Amino acid sequence: MNLFKATLILCGCLMLAWQACAADSSLINEGNAAFQEHCAACHGKQLVANGQMLPGTASLAIKYKGAVPPALEDRTDLPAAFVIYTVRHGVAVMPFFRKTMVSDAQLDAIAAYLARNYTGPKPAG
Amino acid sequence: MNPPGVSAGDFAAAMAAFKEAVGEAHVFTSDEDVALYRDAYDVQWGLPGERQASAGVAPTTVEQVQKVVAAANRYRIPIYPIATGMNLGYGGSAPNLSGSVVLDLKLLNRVIEVDDKRHFAILEPGVSYFDFYRHVQDRGLKVWIDCPDPGWGSPIGNALDHGVGYTWYGYRDHFYSHCGMEIVLPNGELMRTGMGALPGSKTWGEYHYGVGPYVDGLFSQGNFGVVTKMGFHLFPQPEAYRSGTVLVPRRQDLVALVDEMNYLEHSGIIGQPNYGCPLRMVAGEPAVLPLLAKPGGPTDAEFEALASAHRLPCWSCEVQLYGPAKGIEANWEYVKARLAAAIPGASFEDGLTYEFPITAEQRLKVPHKPSLGIPNLELFRSRSALNPNPSEGHVWFSPVIPKSGEAIFEAQRVFADAVRGVDIPTIFGRGPAYGPFSTPSTWMFRAFVLITGWPISRSNPDQNRRVSEALRKLVQVGAEHGWGEYRTPPAFQDDVVKTYSYNNHALLRFQETLKDAVDPNGIISAGRYGIWPKHMRKS
Repeated sequence: MNLFKATLILCGCLMLAWQACAADSSLINEGNAAFQEHCAACHGKQLVANGQMLPGTASLAIKYKGAVPPALEDRTDLPAAFVIYTVRHGVAVMPFFRKTMVSDAQLDAIAAYLARNYTGPKPAG
Repeated sequence: MNPPGVSAGDFAAAMAAFKEAVGEAHVFTSDEDVALYRDAYDVQWGLPGERQASAGVAPTTVEQVQKVVAAANRYRIPIYPIATGMNLGYGGSAPNLSGSVVLDLKLLNRVIEVDDKRHFAILEPGVSYFDFYRHVQDRGLKVWIDCPDPGWGSPIGNALDHGVGYTWYGYRDHFYSHCGMEIVLPNGELMRTGMGALPGSKTWGEYHYGVGPYVDGLFSQGNFGVVTKMGFHLFPQPEAYRSGTVLVPRRQDLVALVDEMNYLEHSGIIGQPNYGCPLRMVAGEPAVLPLLAKPGGPTDAEFEALASAHRLPCWSCEVQLYGPAKGIEANWEYVKARLAAAIPGASFEDGLTYEFPITAEQRLKVPHKPSLGIPNLELFRSRSALNPNPSEGHVWFSPVIPKSGEAIFEAQRVFADAVRGVDIPTIFGRGPAYGPFSTPSTWMFRAFVLITGWPISRSNPDQNRRVSEALRKLVQVGAEHGWGEYRTPPAFQDDVVKTYSYNNHALLRFQETLKDAVDPNGIISAGRYGIWPKHMRKS
């Protein structure tokens, strides 16, 4: 392989990687917006009256006793599949959400946003 | 699961017609999609009696709703309209009749009009309180919405189930503050009520009645059509808000306290009064439990001795005022003077004040946001250090009682005796469901609701069964004392409707006569609030 060919291949690979990153970044941005619309009223990071956390954030603070950050947006242990499962099955007092409330596309984006810093093992499959 | 009495062929043909009407992507038939229409807070979760849908169909336009309803009528498919489907604790998105197709109106979600000069709005059912609030805020409109505690509900869905809120007088009764409807009738025809029946009407969202018989009530807690638009009167953004609390020393002071608050509220001087019993905070103490367990409840002397021992007043009432800053300060002074004269020993605490508009940071810190018309989900603060494993939902028991201190005392005693021995803690925390510290909710401006809520578990059917038994008993006991419920989940709707039995159930028989005329095939919300189609009616 001559130098010209190798350079072309390298440029092609970089272009594909850049496109993938851009696509990921776009999905994550969409997920951030969808999270703020659909999830943040319970799971946001802001403090409300009397310095209290929002209910979902407060609930996770009590549940995990500091083992993980209480705000979902700060977690690094949430695989996308877990986020999707939880939204479609509910947990504790949080009900499951229909596809007319949070569409599959919106949920994929929310999951990508919450899993953007995921550092755990890759899901099987 | 096919709808009862519908052949597989007709069901398949109806599904094809629904797909033709709304597009394949908006007809939900897979098991996993249909399961999302279960009521997450169902007392019958996982039991044979659980009400479940056969499919979901989600139109995006009124024309699509008409096509779906017409097809359902053609194939005799029972359909169950929902708005946002988040009426949790009162039924969620699950139909009364298992096998019904849920007509999911969440995607019919346009804010048609908001007028902040004439103070009204016209909405579609898929608009949530959050959506509506965002629409108003983004445009800087000078009107408030009145919302219930959870902001994910729909103004239309909530109003149609007689839902309630927290701001000023009539705005708190969401059906009372509605004005005009658009309805798809069971044959698919479109009808508008009130001034909307006049083509080109200029006042649909402002004058309720139009001319002739007023029929809007039939479509609340009813099954005569599918509401696709509603008007609402809106509260003009006030200049200011202030709250203050009245504290009274003796148990029997509650009678005068309620009388005075009634006068102030019904005269338009104050907004929603919030009653409380400061002794509630000691309800879980071992020394207090024998008093709570005593048949008939404590005597006045025992009650007041407890209050004295804890240096607490017997009752409190938070007063809320809305209007010009100087005006509400003057009204607060009037409230204090009036209460001081009526109840010896009454004391007062100033509360919060706001001048509007408030900043985003101020908004975040408002302790009870619905009092300022701000939708939120802060009610769902279920997990705590004392309750590290919270329930997976709740169910409400909501009896309407008269607006007097005497009625509160009687209902406390009667309901406490009725639930004695029910060993399920309520979602409100320590102590029994009812007792001498119970105080009423005051959403309605001409009646009290002595509400209680029990937890629901998706993994503990035995607890759910005991909750159901207790709730059914309370329905009966309440009715025997003249107290009926204003709202209840499908699992209890037949029980509650049966208690409204004056003159051999004349009201229900009248509603059934109308049902047979308007919806002869019984396709809309079969069984909702006890109104069953003729072919399913028990003799």
